[in-house]
Amino acid sequence: MTAMTTTAARPAGPPDSGSEPAVRVRGLLKRYGGRPVVEGLDLDVHRGECFALLGPNGAGKTTAVEILEGVRRRDAGEVTVLGQDPATAGRAWRDRVGVVAQTTGAGNALTVRETLDHYARYHGDPRRTAELLDAVGLPEAAGRRVDRLSGGQRRRLEVALGVQGRPELVFLDEPTTGMDPVARRQFWALVEGMREDGTTVLLTTHYLDEAAHLADRVGVLAGGRLVEVAPPDELGGDLRRTATVSWTEAGGTREVATAEPSALLRDLLAAHPAGEVPGLAVTRPGLEEVYLRLVGPDPDPASVPGPACEPTGRTAEGALR
Amino acid sequence: MTTAQSPSPTQHPTPGPTPARPAPPSAAAIGLARTGLELRLFLRDPAQVLFSFAYPVVMLLIFASVFADEETPSGAPFAQYFLAGIAATGIMLTSFQAVGMGIAEERERGDLARLQTLGTPALGYFAGKAGQVLVTTVAQMAVLLLVAATAFDVSLPTGPAHWATFAWVVLLGATAGTVLGIAVSSLGGSSRAVGNGITAFAVVLQFFSGVFFVYSELPPWMQQVSSLLPLKWMVQGMRSVFLPDGAAAVEPAGNWEHGTTALVLAAWVIIGAVICARAFRWRRPA
Repeated sequence: MTAMTTTAARPAGPPDSGSEPAVRVRGLLKRYGGRPVVEGLDLDVHRGECFALLGPNGAGKTTAVEILEGVRRRDAGEVTVLGQDPATAGRAWRDRVGVVAQTTGAGNALTVRETLDHYARYHGDPRRTAELLDAVGLPEAAGRRVDRLSGGQRRRLEVALGVQGRPELVFLDEPTTGMDPVARRQFWALVEGMREDGTTVLLTTHYLDEAAHLADRVGVLAGGRLVEVAPPDELGGDLRRTATVSWTEAGGTREVATAEPSALLRDLLAAHPAGEVPGLAVTRPGLEEVYLRLVGPDPDPASVPGPACEPTGRTAEGALR
Repeated sequence: MTTAQSPSPTQHPTPGPTPARPAPPSAAAIGLARTGLELRLFLRDPAQVLFSFAYPVVMLLIFASVFADEETPSGAPFAQYFLAGIAATGIMLTSFQAVGMGIAEERERGDLARLQTLGTPALGYFAGKAGQVLVTTVAQMAVLLLVAATAFDVSLPTGPAHWATFAWVVLLGATAGTVLGIAVSSLGGSSRAVGNGITAFAVVLQFFSGVFFVYSELPPWMQQVSSLLPLKWMVQGMRSVFLPDGAAAVEPAGNWEHGTTALVLAAWVIIGAVICARAFRWRRPA
C-alpha cells in the first residue's frame, strides 16, 4: 500500500502532546428524547495521534463523533476541535477536518474519477485525483461507476474523499465494517500512512484487533462515557495482570484468580509430589475479556455485538500485537 | 547542498503543523460546479430525462387527439389552448416536483450529509439545483414547442413582446418551482412520503389550475383556490403567449393580468426562500 504523501511538510513520529490537543472534550452530554446517549464524556486527542474509540453498538460512539464533526448539536459540555467549537466553526475549519462517515453518498451515477474531480472543487488545496487513486489503491477502478463498486472499494472511495482536502484531523467512523479481511488489512495500511504523514486520526470501531493494530491510545466507551483510556497493550491494567489457575481436584474443576500465579503453582506442585497436576492451566485475560469487563459490570453475552468477540485472546499468548 | 530530490523552499512556504491554507472556494464557484454535476446526473437518469421531455409531449398528443374537433371559447384550436397549460405544467414538473423528490432522496441516501461535512454553502447547493432546472426547462420548452409547431400545426407567436413574456414566465415559474421544491423537501418525512405527497399535490393542482380544462369553465371556488398558488398564474401567462390577443376577453378578469402574475410568482419565490432559510436541513433528525 502506498503511503499518502503531502506537499505540506508536517512532522511525523510520536504524538506531540505538548501543544494544544487536536480534540478536547469536557462533560459532553447528548440526549435523544430524554435518554442520555453521551453522558459526561471527557476526551483529549493529541495532535498526530491515532486514537480509537472502542465500544459496543449503542455506546454513543457515532453520536460523540458527529458532535465533534459539527453535524450534531450537543446538549451540554465543552468541545474544542482544532481550536474551535465545531457547533459554530465555519468553512475554513471544515476544510481542515476530514470525515469518513458510516453512511454518506456521492452521486452514484458518477465514475470514481468523476466523483473525485467533482469534490476536489470544494477544497482550498485539494490533492490531485491521480495521487488519491494511488493512495487508496483504486486506480484500476477509476472509470467504474460508484454504484458498481464492491463494498471495500466504496469504503476506499469514502476514505479518498475524506482526505482529499488535506485535513489535519480525520474522523473515521467504523471504517472497516463489512470489509473482508484482506480489504481490512489494506485499509489499516492506509490509515498508518495517514498517521505517518502527521494527520491526527480519530477512529471508532467495535473490532478489538483494529483498535489494537492502529491506535496509539484506545478509549473504551460504555454507557456514554469513557471507562478507560490507555495504549492498547496496557488496557485493563490490573485486570490484565490477574491470572486464573485451574486444575482438577476431587473430580471437579477448581479455579483461583490470583496476581501471583507462580506462588500458587509452587504450592500445587508441592501438593502433588508424585507427578502431574491433573487438568492444570494458567490463563490470563485477553483483550476481549478485559473489554467485556470494562463495558459492563455483568456483561450478558447476548448484548455484546458479535463482531466484538471475533478476535479472541483467551490464552496467555493472546496478548496484543 | 541541495540536490534534485530535495524539496524547493518555495513549495513549502509555511512548514509546520498548521500550514497556511488557501480559503475554500466561494459559494458561486461551488454553485457552478454543482450545476455541471446536477446536469450530468440528470442526463444519466433515463427515467428523469424521459419524464421531463416525453411527458409534456405525450400529454399534448393525448389532449390534442381527444379534443381534436372541439373549439375553445376564444376560438383557438384545442392543441393551441392546451400548449399553454402543458408548457406551464412541464415547468412545474422539472422544477417543483423533480427538485423536491430529488432532494428528499439525496438526503435519505446521505449525499447531503457529505455536503455538510465538506462545509458546502447551502446557497451553492441551491444554485446548482436552480442552474440544472433552468437548463433542463429551456431544453424541455424547445422540444415541446418544436413538436407542437411541426406535428400539431400550432402557430407560435411571432412578436418579440410575446417571447419576452414567455421568457419571464419561464424564469419566474421555474425559480418559484425550484425554491418551493427545496422548501417542501425540508418539511420532513421519508423520500417515499415526500414523493407521494408531491405527486398527489401536483395532479390536483393541475386540475384546479386549468391545465386539463378550459380555466374559465372551472367552478368559481376552484378558480379562487388556484389563484392563491403559482401554477394558475403560469398557465395564464402562457395563454397570453400562445393564444391570440382577443382571447384575453374570455379570461375571468377580462385581461391577461401580467402585473398580478409577476407579483404572485415573485411572492412565492420569497415565501419559498424564507422557508428554505428556516427549514432546510442537510440530514434527517435523529
